[in-house]
Amino acid sequence: MSRSIALVAVLITLGLAANMTAAAAERVGIGHAISPQDFAAWDIDVRGDGAGLPPGQGSVTQGREIFSQTCAACHGDKGEGRAVPGAVGGFDRLVGGFGTLDTASPTLTVGSYWPYATTLFDYVRRAMPFNAPQSLTNDQLYAVSAYVLYMNNIVPEDAVLDALTLPRVKMPNQEGFITQDPRPDVRSKP
Amino acid sequence: MVKPHAVKGTPSQQLPDRRAVLKTGAALSAFVGGASVPSLSMAQAATGLSLTVPEWMKVQGRGILSPPYGVPSPFEKDVVRRQREVRVTDTAATSFSPLQNSFGTITPNGLCFERHHAGVPSIDPDRHRLVIHGLVERPLVLTMDELMRFPSVSRIAFLECSGNTPNWKSVNPDFGVQQTHGLLMCCEWTGVLLSTLLDEVGLGPEAKWVLAEGADAAAMTRSVPIAKALDDAMVVYGQNGERLRPEQGYPLRLLLPGYEGNMNIKWLRRLKLGDQPFETREETSKYTDLMPDGKARQFTFVMEAKSVITRPSGGQRLSGGPGFYEISGLAWSGHGRIDRVEVSTDGGQSWHEAQLQEPVLSKAVVRFRAPWRWDGKSALLQSRAIDETGYVQPRHGELVDVRGVNSFYHYNAIQTWSVNPDGKVAIHVA
Repeated sequence: MSRSIALVAVLITLGLAANMTAAAAERVGIGHAISPQDFAAWDIDVRGDGAGLPPGQGSVTQGREIFSQTCAACHGDKGEGRAVPGAVGGFDRLVGGFGTLDTASPTLTVGSYWPYATTLFDYVRRAMPFNAPQSLTNDQLYAVSAYVLYMNNIVPEDAVLDALTLPRVKMPNQEGFITQDPRPDVRSKP
Repeated sequence: MVKPHAVKGTPSQQLPDRRAVLKTGAALSAFVGGASVPSLSMAQAATGLSLTVPEWMKVQGRGILSPPYGVPSPFEKDVVRRQREVRVTDTAATSFSPLQNSFGTITPNGLCFERHHAGVPSIDPDRHRLVIHGLVERPLVLTMDELMRFPSVSRIAFLECSGNTPNWKSVNPDFGVQQTHGLLMCCEWTGVLLSTLLDEVGLGPEAKWVLAEGADAAAMTRSVPIAKALDDAMVVYGQNGERLRPEQGYPLRLLLPGYEGNMNIKWLRRLKLGDQPFETREETSKYTDLMPDGKARQFTFVMEAKSVITRPSGGQRLSGGPGFYEISGLAWSGHGRIDRVEVSTDGGQSWHEAQLQEPVLSKAVVRFRAPWRWDGKSALLQSRAIDETGYVQPRHGELVDVRGVNSFYHYNAIQTWSVNPDGKVAIHVA
């Protein structure tokens, strides 16, 4: 009798151990499946190569109008940025600064520094205008991207940008980045 | 124990060994370092008077639950986060932690530095969701309740903004350690290993990068390499024993131990697996390091070893006159454990090994201490950290010789505080 109880106990122990081992290797099984349609409103990222760009299009001319209404108050009529008395930094300059990256006073703008035109679309889409992010339509986003690129002399005045043409815009500083971290690059000694 | 190890030459201001310090028991209470530390002059004044029974011993004190959530003593009202300068908005802005008033290694939740790009969102945790999708077998949406049912882990880790310590071109003579190094925190974080969640959704073979996205008005995004995601990355909901503070990402943030602060996405709502980096604004136009030749380094994620003396530090005063002071500070490395910290009182001519407070944890802040007997003359206080990889925190000149002065991020050179004969401590202007 006592021997059979002991045997059962051993079997139960082995069984529990097996279950726990199996559980560790299996999925937890918590959460719900979700379809792309269900999170479309969240799936807003646009990659450097243009993956994720939505349908729509916008011209430099349309962008000029949108920029003057929704962007110029902070970034200036010509994208020159704006200083605020008593404040450090000011609002970002978007235009110019070409040829300054290797000087004592580098000016980092969309034109002089940003490696991908698509990043402009992605960033404006998610974070701008500052007082109403995610409020511009896709057409407006293409248009305002086109206008900022035009102000930097990167696209011509008659440019119309869409999911095909925006990723093809060659940014002046596209080759300006080293993507392998070379550190530790500073060798000090005790 | 403090190891007063061999030094080159004879230091003019000896760091006494521990035993010698303990013999001078009265001197142990003599440290003075800023508003929150009792000054020697007060102590002297007190001993010159006959002590009276203070009024707080003659009445009942406050009752329990007043308030239900405890707050610091009103006498500590100056121990707060501060802005360094006025910016054009207060939502795309930064506040700094008062490291000069810190003890030990854990940053209190209310003093953790802030770096927001679009303010602190007010998120209802019942309506918050985490979506994991992209190159996965089973895209998933999780509620906070569901996330908190997953197997959990806790770890202590530092988090430092890569823009911490703006000493590249010059130093501001008015800055104290709050302004120079206050974009640093160290907390105990609790949540779920990201690898556990990636097991749950089934990682696609092509998945090499994870886009992490926040639910703030900047929808902040950064790309994280898959190796880090599978190593020690966590999604965390707990901070120092309670839920995350709103300023730290309530109800959910990404934690990438040892990586630059910006990548630890707050208010985490989405993880998307991809086969290449997403080239977001924060990993191209920002958080890239401009070199003297005009090229910029991208994807420089790890925060290299660094240390700073927090007491005595800029803005404090050695008002007790010549005598014993404890030099105390913080050291950390994104590459692992701190192996040792050395302290100098003569601007780096001689170095003395500091005592490290156990436990010394990987990718966490460690507190170092060194006893010091100040002779009342000018002194230059420095610390340097050496981590377990053998990396030595560089001097300013060594750092800028390689990187120039325009890279803005990842400044980790040795910090120098000058002590004047009158006891005033200030940032050293070379």
